[in-house]
Amino acid sequence: MLDFIVKRFFQGILVVFLVLTAVFFLMRLSGDPTTLFLPQDASREQIEAFQHQMGLDRPLYVQYGEFMGNAVQGDFGESLRTQQDALQSVLDRLPATFQLAAAALILALVIAIPLGVLSAYYRNSIFDRVAVGLTVIGQAIPTFWMGLLLIFLFAAQLKILPSGGAGTPIHMILPMLTLAFYSTARFTRFTRSAMLDVLQQDFIRTAKASGTPTFPLIMKYALKNSLIPIITLVALDLGELLGGAVITEIVFSWPGVGRLIEQALMTRDFPVVLAGVFIIALIYTVINFLADVIYAYVNPQIRVK
Amino acid sequence: MASSIPNEPLIPEDDSLAFSQKTKAAEFFTSLLHSWTGLLGVAIIFILLFLSIFGHWIAPYDPVKTELTAKLLPPLTDGHLLGTDHLGRDLLSRIILGARISVIIGLSTVLIAGLIGTVIGIISGFFRGWIDIVLMRLVDVQLSFPFILLVLIINAVLGAGLKNIIISLAIGGWVIFARVIRSEVLALREKDFIQAAVATGVSRFEILIKHIVPNLFTPMIILASLQISSFIIAEASVSFLGFGVQPPTPAWGNMLSEGKDFIFSAWWLITFPGLAIIITALGINLFGDWLRDTLDPKIKGK
Amino acid sequence: MAESILEIKDLKIQFQNGKHIVQPIREVSFQIKAGQTVGIVGESGSGKSVTSLAVMGLLPDRISSIPSGEILFDGKELTKLKEKEWRKIRGNEISMIFQEPMTSLNPVFTIGQQLSEPLKRHRQLSNKEQKAAIIKVLKQVGIPRPEQIIHEYPHQLSGGMRQRVMISMALLCEPKLMIADEPTTALDVTIQAQILSLLKKITSKKDRSLMLITHDLGVVAEMCDWVVVMYAGVIVESAEVNELFDRPLHPYTRGLIQSLPSNNERKSKLYAIQGQVPKPEQVKQGCIFANRCPLAMEKCFQESPPAFQEDGHLSKCWLQSSDEGVVR
Repeated sequence: MLDFIVKRFFQGILVVFLVLTAVFFLMRLSGDPTTLFLPQDASREQIEAFQHQMGLDRPLYVQYGEFMGNAVQGDFGESLRTQQDALQSVLDRLPATFQLAAAALILALVIAIPLGVLSAYYRNSIFDRVAVGLTVIGQAIPTFWMGLLLIFLFAAQLKILPSGGAGTPIHMILPMLTLAFYSTARFTRFTRSAMLDVLQQDFIRTAKASGTPTFPLIMKYALKNSLIPIITLVALDLGELLGGAVITEIVFSWPGVGRLIEQALMTRDFPVVLAGVFIIALIYTVINFLADVIYAYVNPQIRVK
Repeated sequence: MASSIPNEPLIPEDDSLAFSQKTKAAEFFTSLLHSWTGLLGVAIIFILLFLSIFGHWIAPYDPVKTELTAKLLPPLTDGHLLGTDHLGRDLLSRIILGARISVIIGLSTVLIAGLIGTVIGIISGFFRGWIDIVLMRLVDVQLSFPFILLVLIINAVLGAGLKNIIISLAIGGWVIFARVIRSEVLALREKDFIQAAVATGVSRFEILIKHIVPNLFTPMIILASLQISSFIIAEASVSFLGFGVQPPTPAWGNMLSEGKDFIFSAWWLITFPGLAIIITALGINLFGDWLRDTLDPKIKGK
Repeated sequence: MAESILEIKDLKIQFQNGKHIVQPIREVSFQIKAGQTVGIVGESGSGKSVTSLAVMGLLPDRISSIPSGEILFDGKELTKLKEKEWRKIRGNEISMIFQEPMTSLNPVFTIGQQLSEPLKRHRQLSNKEQKAAIIKVLKQVGIPRPEQIIHEYPHQLSGGMRQRVMISMALLCEPKLMIADEPTTALDVTIQAQILSLLKKITSKKDRSLMLITHDLGVVAEMCDWVVVMYAGVIVESAEVNELFDRPLHPYTRGLIQSLPSNNERKSKLYAIQGQVPKPEQVKQGCIFANRCPLAMEKCFQESPPAFQEDGHLSKCWLQSSDEGVVR
């Protein structure tokens, strides 16, 4: 198992390294970054001074080496807007994003797993059909529109919840529901199909032949087997959740990384964008690494070797 | 797959009775008639295509003509079936014309992303070796990043506009195709008929063209149909955030972006364009699901 | 002779998928006496596995039904049982050994955890007693170092070892009847012999009855006291094992015996029964075997033969009609 984890760990590091490289070239490929980094009305002297200051007059590989050297030390430059350290301003926003995403993830799992399990067990029943129908519709609703709908209902009409901002737990309710909605639909679908796969395995029949009643059969035997594919799929889907978090943060003015990146994009504050991209890729890679560890733990074929 | 009865098929397949007399196309069509979700999907897609082609003649008003005296009219007033927006433009007309934007974006993105992804997937899966390793690391890197954020950033770098949003979506979306097609190619390589062809001395290139590529059409079509709706939703999200397709061009996303400022006073401005997106995505998904279940139940979206 | 532990009377089973109805079991009657090993023989599609699942109450619910017939186990009618009552029987009074030891054990639980399941359901034992019972039964089936094995996962064991575990699971609650469905088919030849001799050793003890489902007449000759030959959902012949091999009456049985490769002579050509088992819905009238039967007469295509019986040796074939002892 240790081999497996070490291997995954180095793969993760490689991915983060490649992400940084990709981002570097993305910024350079889009033309002279000066026009990206400086305000559009910058004077000729400002531009030259900036180019020299940033080392843009040197060969590309030197620039790349320097960029990577700085990035490894966590130096992505200063925000062009606030003059604060770019990485630090991203890190300051991280707890808010983490709070929102974690709350939504937990909510989605708490609803989706029982729903998917029941749906699979009572396959083709009315209950199953309704659940499947909801997941299909749920996956067609864009996250931002769900946010608008909830704002309209709870803030504009009922006037019981704030339409945006942060500070109190009440502020989190709508963003959390918005973000959880899409994931709930997808996770329900994952759980249902994983359970359906497991329920027709031979070992379920063996358990039945031992006289195991329905409830323990599902909860103990089938669910533990289903968890392996569910964990994999949920981990793979966390990219979608993070993407949804970005949209949700913007809709609700939630002070997280996603909203910071959006504002930075609007004001062409590229050091902050780079730092944000780095952090999100890092988070995603770490989460996937953790998912691999959990996966290895749940699956004895990897754990016991 | 393990059935509940070891040796014998539960319901013996009946190859003698049902479909054997009919052609494949007829069988395909019959199975569509038997699935109301598939039919609904096809109906929605037809309406969407119809609107995107004939929208200009159907729309009751000029979608970009502003009339400030008639701004923010609620639905069913003064001949405006769905009301008007903050500049007095007819909402129904704008939604009808918005269909074209969604169709153009959905189709062209899936075409470009599908083509790039498929070629890369075939190269990766067929030739294996270092090129496979390099390409798949690239896929991993891109997948370690939320699709929508990637599209947003690329679009911000490239600048707004219809062409750039298509390019951004395609750059963000090819990886799924590459990954699925690669695994299809890998599975095909192991199939007996490919092995048999290799054994009889057919050249690698011939195997690729004659045996592998034709077998990729089904997964490609299924995947494409399932991806279109996610491209359309992504475009709407990006346009909603103020990037992507810019006003006054009527796209559902930027209509919602403008409408959100009036969420407390004009509910119709966020309701109807949103429903248009949902119905479109739902229709395409239903069709895609049906297509997958009919053509190949083994392939799962992503 | 001892009383029968299992008696199946005129059992019919049907599957329904929408409007599509098939009848994999058309009419099956036989009995297993206490202590006996009865072999159910037939090609795939003959309905032998479906019969065994019916005895376990494990027919797929919703699509399957038993329109008529009785399954009497220890004097109790099983076909009308509720799920809750079934659970008291399964793994306790009747247990089953499945064909695929590779997939029949749950990959995410240890051997010990899985073996404790029937005990937990049917016996009130402390953890310590449970463990002792499990180790005892693992020793019985010849598993070395059982104290260690109970902490291991299925993927750490070989196929033969897994089948031994399956057998020990079936033995745990000392059932009155065990059903083994092709217990050796998925195993290597050398392992097959080991598992068969293990089963033989187990069934030789006191009142253990075994219903052995197989397509292999060699296995039957070695293991069984009584043989039931099934074909397309019907019993075509049933007899004591030596009687059956010495004096097979039904052309189908004769075909099966002839197609056995024999040890002491090299036949120039292996005998094979032509054709395939018909699908249940394909036979409308006459004898189900008629279309493949080398001795078929005109009558065979028109009328279904009744069960002719002589000293307990049953055969469903018109060839017997000239003999005496016609039952029914």
